[in-house]
Amino acid sequence: MKKTHYSELWCSSPRFWGGLTFLAFIILLGLGATYYMEHQGHWVTGMSNQVVWGLPHVFAIFMIVAASGALNVASIGSVFGGPMYKPLGRFSALLAIGLLAGGLMVLVLDLGRPDRLVVAMTTFNLKSIFTWNILLYTGFFVIVGLYIWTMIDRKVNKYYQVTGYLAFFWRLVLTTGTGSIFGFLVAREAYDAAILAPMFIIMSFSFGLAFFIITLISAYWWAGRTLGELRLAKLKHLLGVFVGAVLYFSMVYHLTNLYITQHHGVERFILLDGGVYSLMFWLGHVLIGSIIPLFLIYSPAFASSRFAIGAASVLVLMGGFLQLYVIVIGGQAFPMNMFPGKEVVTSEFLDGVVASYIPTTAEGLLGIAGIAVAMTMVAVGSRMLKVLPENLEDPKDLEHA
Amino acid sequence: MSNKDDRPDMKRREFIGKTVLAAGAASVAPGVLLTVAKAGGESRGVSSDVRYGLLIDTNKCADDCTACVDACNRENGIDLVERPKGQSDDDWNAQRPQWIRKVQLKDKQTGEITNLPMMCQHCEFPPCVDVCPTGASFKRADGIVMVDRHTCIGCRYCMMACPYKARSFIHQNVAQQLVNAPRGKGCVESCNLCVHRIDAGDMTTACQEACEKDGHQAIVFGDLKDPDSKLAKLLKTKSSRQIRADLELNTGVRYTNV
Repeated sequence: MKKTHYSELWCSSPRFWGGLTFLAFIILLGLGATYYMEHQGHWVTGMSNQVVWGLPHVFAIFMIVAASGALNVASIGSVFGGPMYKPLGRFSALLAIGLLAGGLMVLVLDLGRPDRLVVAMTTFNLKSIFTWNILLYTGFFVIVGLYIWTMIDRKVNKYYQVTGYLAFFWRLVLTTGTGSIFGFLVAREAYDAAILAPMFIIMSFSFGLAFFIITLISAYWWAGRTLGELRLAKLKHLLGVFVGAVLYFSMVYHLTNLYITQHHGVERFILLDGGVYSLMFWLGHVLIGSIIPLFLIYSPAFASSRFAIGAASVLVLMGGFLQLYVIVIGGQAFPMNMFPGKEVVTSEFLDGVVASYIPTTAEGLLGIAGIAVAMTMVAVGSRMLKVLPENLEDPKDLEHA
Repeated sequence: MSNKDDRPDMKRREFIGKTVLAAGAASVAPGVLLTVAKAGGESRGVSSDVRYGLLIDTNKCADDCTACVDACNRENGIDLVERPKGQSDDDWNAQRPQWIRKVQLKDKQTGEITNLPMMCQHCEFPPCVDVCPTGASFKRADGIVMVDRHTCIGCRYCMMACPYKARSFIHQNVAQQLVNAPRGKGCVESCNLCVHRIDAGDMTTACQEACEKDGHQAIVFGDLKDPDSKLAKLLKTKSSRQIRADLELNTGVRYTNV
């Protein structure tokens, strides 16, 4: 196989700077929204004492989950020895770092006291899954940073394999940690399920790869470089497997709940009469995020359509976002069953009723700014570092690929 | 630096050395002082020989009475929290802090009506303490679960974890507050069994006092570990239950006739 040459992303300046300016503008809007929310207090958001985590958390969890998944392409190259994936490893690791940074920014800026971040970084309660996550995220930055280094610098290339294994192991633990944030919440019926951790891992495979495909196609289009059909087809088929797996895990999760009488209420809410949440589940997660992408991926009609691959990836992301919205917000909107067998007649604190949550523009701007931060880091990183192969034409000796 | 001296470098070294020493002392000293101050506080701190709790007799909890809620709001400055201009009624109800609330229940099968106040249940194994990343949510040796508002970062994970929806996040600026109940925008808070009263040697909470004053006597406060306390005696003779006993959190607040 021909040796791969990497070079910095070097597209014409107006296009590059124009893109960065656009991203910077979105980030500024997000920071303005944050200032507004933090200055006024959270009463200007849709969040309340009933729905305590809102749209920013959906964005943050979405990006953090996708971050660990974006690293998969690198892992396939080093841990599973896929030669077609190896040249994409550097970019995959860069995207992973960018997405995690974007997600964490959103999470931190939505805290009631973001100024006390230093407290969170210095005072640990090791029983808290949040604390584990703080350590896991910091470790992820360090390990994936080293991983990129071993891929780029020939002097440390001998550590490539071992760092690759470490990064793969770390990302699995990291997503387990993210899923466990919900999985360990005994109080709420929609959570408190161990399956949430592996489900989050498989969701990360799917969302991360979709993000990867979109950014890869964009970067090569941006730089005017060649991207081989076969390589994209490989990524596409892998995405298909992951999307199917997410759907399977989602089905197992809901079927398990449907077996347990105690959980019939919450299942009825999510699947049937939860209004916007049921709609998001069926239309968003199942149709837009799973069935249509699977059709685009596996239908022979779109076998060689690059547009179909891009569209499928975008739909997977949209569906995934809505799936997380249903899990995070829907799970909180459903009332906690504090008094089994009783119905709440009156309560000053909205017990026993479905909580309302209407996201505000400010929350949305903060979330989108997180994605812009991720994309900015990827754009700047690709321009400064040799992460993208000059040419990703399909190799001639396909049988070895 | 003196020019007469042939060893100006030594002076400079000395100067740098002293500066480093001073800077070091300046950064370490507050920590030492804080530790000393804290140590002083802990030495007369709370003891695990007691565990405070409540028993609520729902039969005595009257239909339209909100004496406990009103008293708590006054005692802890919750009535001083102002409604932000432009906030809708629904948002105000969903976003304002509440440490105690009245709930009326109806049995789905029998139609029996029950009234009860809900507040932090002061669990022996509180999920809010488990999940708090900074340890701001903590349980005192005497069983009182509360929030250290100096280390709360406002992540709201405790609110996600609490099975009783007992916690409130401060969604707005706070103009007025009481010394005994510090409050800050962006932090979480909940019932602390009127800890300022207990620490002052008082053996009653605002809610119990108000309920008694109104002649209902539905709330009994006391030490669960003291077999001679009224609370312990009542618990021994009456059949009581914990809300969400299935979670095995061993709550410090118990209810009869639910």
